[in-house]
Amino acid sequence: MAVKGLDIFKLTPKSNCKECGFPTCMAFSMKAATGAVPIEKCPYISEESKAILSEATAPPMKTIKVGNGDAERTLGGETVLFRHEKTLVNKNLFAVELSDAQSDADVDAAFAKLAKVNYDRIGEMMFVEVVAVRFAADQAKFVALVKKVADAGKIPMIVTTDAEVAKAAVAVAGAKAIIMGATKDNAAAMVDVAKAADAVLGVSADSIEALHDLVESIEKLGYKNLVLNVGETSIKEAFTNAVDIRTAAIKGDDRTFGYPSVVFTNKLAPGDTNMQIALASAFLLRYGSIIVMEEMDFNAALPLFGLRQNIFTDPQKPMRVEPKVYEFNKPTGKDPVLVTVDFALSYFVVAGEIDRSKVPAYLAIPDAGGYSVLTAWAAGKFGSNVIANFIKENNVADLTTSRKLVLPGKVAVLQGDLAELLPEWEVVVGPTEAMQIPKFLKDLQA
Amino acid sequence: MPYKKTEQKFNGKIGVCEIGAGDAAISIGGEKTLPFLGGEGFKTAVGIAITDSPEDWEGCFAAVYGDDMKDPAAFAKAAVEKSGADFVLVKLASADPNGADNSVENCVATAAAVEAAVNVPVVIEGCKNAEKDAKLLEAVAKTLEGKNVVLFSAVEDNYKTIGAAGGMAYGQKVSAESAVDINLAKQLNILLTQLGVKPQDIVMDVGSAAAGYGFEYVASTMDRIRLAGLGQNDDSLQMPIMTDVSNDSWGVKEAVFTEAEAPEWGSQENRGIGMEIATASACVIGGSNAIIVRHPESAKTIKSMVAGLLG
Ligand code: B12
Ligand code: SF4
Repeated sequence: MAVKGLDIFKLTPKSNCKECGFPTCMAFSMKAATGAVPIEKCPYISEESKAILSEATAPPMKTIKVGNGDAERTLGGETVLFRHEKTLVNKNLFAVELSDAQSDADVDAAFAKLAKVNYDRIGEMMFVEVVAVRFAADQAKFVALVKKVADAGKIPMIVTTDAEVAKAAVAVAGAKAIIMGATKDNAAAMVDVAKAADAVLGVSADSIEALHDLVESIEKLGYKNLVLNVGETSIKEAFTNAVDIRTAAIKGDDRTFGYPSVVFTNKLAPGDTNMQIALASAFLLRYGSIIVMEEMDFNAALPLFGLRQNIFTDPQKPMRVEPKVYEFNKPTGKDPVLVTVDFALSYFVVAGEIDRSKVPAYLAIPDAGGYSVLTAWAAGKFGSNVIANFIKENNVADLTTSRKLVLPGKVAVLQGDLAELLPEWEVVVGPTEAMQIPKFLKDLQA
Repeated sequence: MPYKKTEQKFNGKIGVCEIGAGDAAISIGGEKTLPFLGGEGFKTAVGIAITDSPEDWEGCFAAVYGDDMKDPAAFAKAAVEKSGADFVLVKLASADPNGADNSVENCVATAAAVEAAVNVPVVIEGCKNAEKDAKLLEAVAKTLEGKNVVLFSAVEDNYKTIGAAGGMAYGQKVSAESAVDINLAKQLNILLTQLGVKPQDIVMDVGSAAAGYGFEYVASTMDRIRLAGLGQNDDSLQMPIMTDVSNDSWGVKEAVFTEAEAPEWGSQENRGIGMEIATASACVIGGSNAIIVRHPESAKTIKSMVAGLLG
C-alpha cells in the first residue's frame, strides 16, 4: 500500500533543518514516499513513527519462508486477487498428512509414495513439498516421524495444540518448520516454542472474527511468522474464509490478515479422494497457500500440479522456447523432421514423446508467436509459408538425407500447400495427439 | 481492531436462464457476487455428457454403461441415473462430415429420443463443423420445439442460423461459443442480441482447456468476464456460463495413456476422473453456472462440492 508524502510530512518536526540534505521537510517527505530516500535520513522522526511507517509501506501480504536448504519455499507476498491484474507470485504448496497413530507399514507406504510421485513437467520437478504430521498419542513416535519427514527433505508441519509436544518435535524438524499450532488457549506458549525454534506458526480459531483477534494478540506477543488455518468444519466456511482473508489483506489494507493460508481438504472431505481433488483445485485458484490432502497419487498429482503450473505463470510473459531445429535420440543425418510450435507446453509435450519413442529425429520449430498449434494456426502464425520459410532458411535439407517432414495432425489442412512450397519434401500428416508419436515414429521407421 | 469484512461491492447481476420444460425445467445463473460468496443461493448445475459415437470414448465407459452405450436414449437414461446429474448433454459427433457424416435426420431422431427418455433438461451439441452444425441444430430446434433445449453451440460462422432458429423461431436456448477470450465472448453475445435473440435465451460457452494445458487462459477469461458483468455491469457479459470440460479432460495423455503405457501412473479411469474433476472444479470456481462432465463419479463429486460450497 503506497504511503503518501503528506503522511510522512506529518511525522517530521516540520523544522526544515536540512540535515537530511533536502531544503524542506516537505521535499524530503515527497522523496521518501517514493522510496528514493530512506526514512532514516531524518534523525528527528521517532522510532515509533518509523515503525508505523514501515508498517504502512510494507506490502499487503507478508512473504513467509518455510523449510530450509533445498526444501525452502516462499509463500504469500501477493499483491493482487486475480492473476490477470498483474501476476500471482508464489505458488501454493501441496501437503499430505501422516500421524503417529498409523502403523509403521502405513507410514512406509506413504513415504514410498512420496518418493514415487516425483517427476518432471515442462522442466520443473513436481512433488509434494510439505508433510503434515498430526499428533495422536505417542510423543516419541510422533517426534521420530517428524524427524523422518525432515530427513526425507520435506517441510514438516507439526500438527498439535500441545506446546510441549510441539517443542520436542520442532527440535528435530529443522529451521522454518511449520507448527500447526496456535489456538486461543495456548497462544503464548506456542509463540515461545515457535520463536525459539524459528518456526512458522499456524493459527487456528473457531471463526474468522476469532482468528483475527488471535492473530492480533500473537502479533502483540512479537511474532509475525504466521500462516492461517481457514477452518476445517465446513467447505462453505473454509472457502469464504479463504476468500475473505485474502480480500481483507489485498483490498482492505488489513495487515492482520496479510498472511498465507492453510487448507485441510483431508478434514473437509475425509476419505473422499475425488472430493479432495475438487477442493484442492478450488483452493488452488482461491487463495489456499498450503493445501493438505490425505495422500497424493498420480490421479491427483497429474491434474493438480499441472493446474498449479498454469495458474502461477506470469500473464505478461508467455512460456516460449527458442525457434530452431532440435535433435532427439542422437540423429545421424538420415532421420525424419517433425514440426511443431514454439509454445513451451507444446514443445515439452512433443519432446517428451519423441524421447520416449527412442527414434532418432529432428524437431523444427519456427517462430509461431509462442502459441499452441491450433492457436498459432488460427492466428496466422503457423501457416505453410511460415513452415516452408523456416525449413529453407535453416537449410534443414542439409541436416538430414530423409525427406520426410511430419506435420502435427491438428494442422493436416496445411499438407497440400506445404507440399507445393517444399517440392523436394514428402509432407506427412502426423497424429493429432503427441502421445501417439512413439507408435507413429516406429511405424515410419519400419 | 476487530475484524471487519472487506466487501467487494458489485452493482451488476448475472442473468437467469431457464432450461428444460415443465417439471424438468431448471434455472441457472442469477448471482450478484463472485461464485459462492453471496447468500442468494444460486446453484451451479452439473450436466452429464453422452455421445452417439461411443467408440471414441475410453474403455472405462464401456464398463460403466455396458450395452446402454449403443443406444443414445438408454445411454442418456443410465447416465442421469448413475450420476444424479441436473441435465444431460448429447454429443452428435457422428454428424461430422469429415467423419461418419451421419445425416441430419438421423441425428435429429437421436436428439429427440434422448429428450423423450429423460426428465431433465437436454443440451444438444453438434459435431463442431460450423456449416453442418447450422443445419443440424436448426433442425433439432424445430423438432424439439417447446422442450426448451440448449443448442450447443453457435459460433461466429453460424450464429445467424442457430440464433434465428433456436432463440427466435422455436424458442430454444442458444449457447454462444468463443475461444477463451473476453472480447470474442462479448462480441458474439452482441451479435446474437442484435439479431434479435433475447439475452435471457443466451448462455455463454467461453471455452475451456484441461488442467495443465493452457488453463490459465480459461481461469483469467472467466475472472475477467465475471468482473465485467458484476463490477462494470456490462450487460453483454451477464449471461450464465455453460462449460463442457469432458472432451478436453478425457483427451490429454493423463487420461488416455493406458495402464500398460504408463504403469507407474495407476488406474486409467481414476486418472481421467481426477483430470475431469480438477478441471471442472476450477471452472465452477471461476464462474461456470452449468458444468458438463463425462464420468458419473465426476458429476457426483462436483455436485457434492457445490452443495458443500453453498452450505
Ligand atoms: C489457451 C488457448 C489460447 C490462448 C493461447 C495459449 C497459447 N500460448 O497458445 C489464447 C487465449 C491467447 C488464445 C488465443 C486464440 N485462440 Co486459442 N485456444 C486455447 C486453448 C484453450 C488451449 C490451447 C493449448 O494450450 N493447447 C495445449 C497444446 C499443448 O496443444 P498443441 O499445441 O495443439 O499440442 C498438442 C498436439 O497438437 C500435439 N502436437 C504438437 N505439436 C506436434 C507436432 C507433431 C509432429 C505431432 C505429431 C503432434 C504435435 O501434441 C500436443 C499434445 O497432444 C484451445 C482450445 C483447446 N481446448 O485446445 C484454443 C484454440 C486453439 N484457440 C482457438 C482460436 C480460434 C484462437 C484465436 C484465433 C481466437 C482469438 N482470441 O482471437 C486466438 C489466436 C491468437 C491471437 N492472439 O491472435 C481455436 C482454434 C480453432 C481452430 N480449430 O482453428 C481453439 C481450438 C479453441 C476453439 N475451440 O475454438 N487461445
Ligand atoms: S532532517 Fe527531518 S526535520 Fe530536518 S529538514 Fe529533513 S525532514 Fe525536516
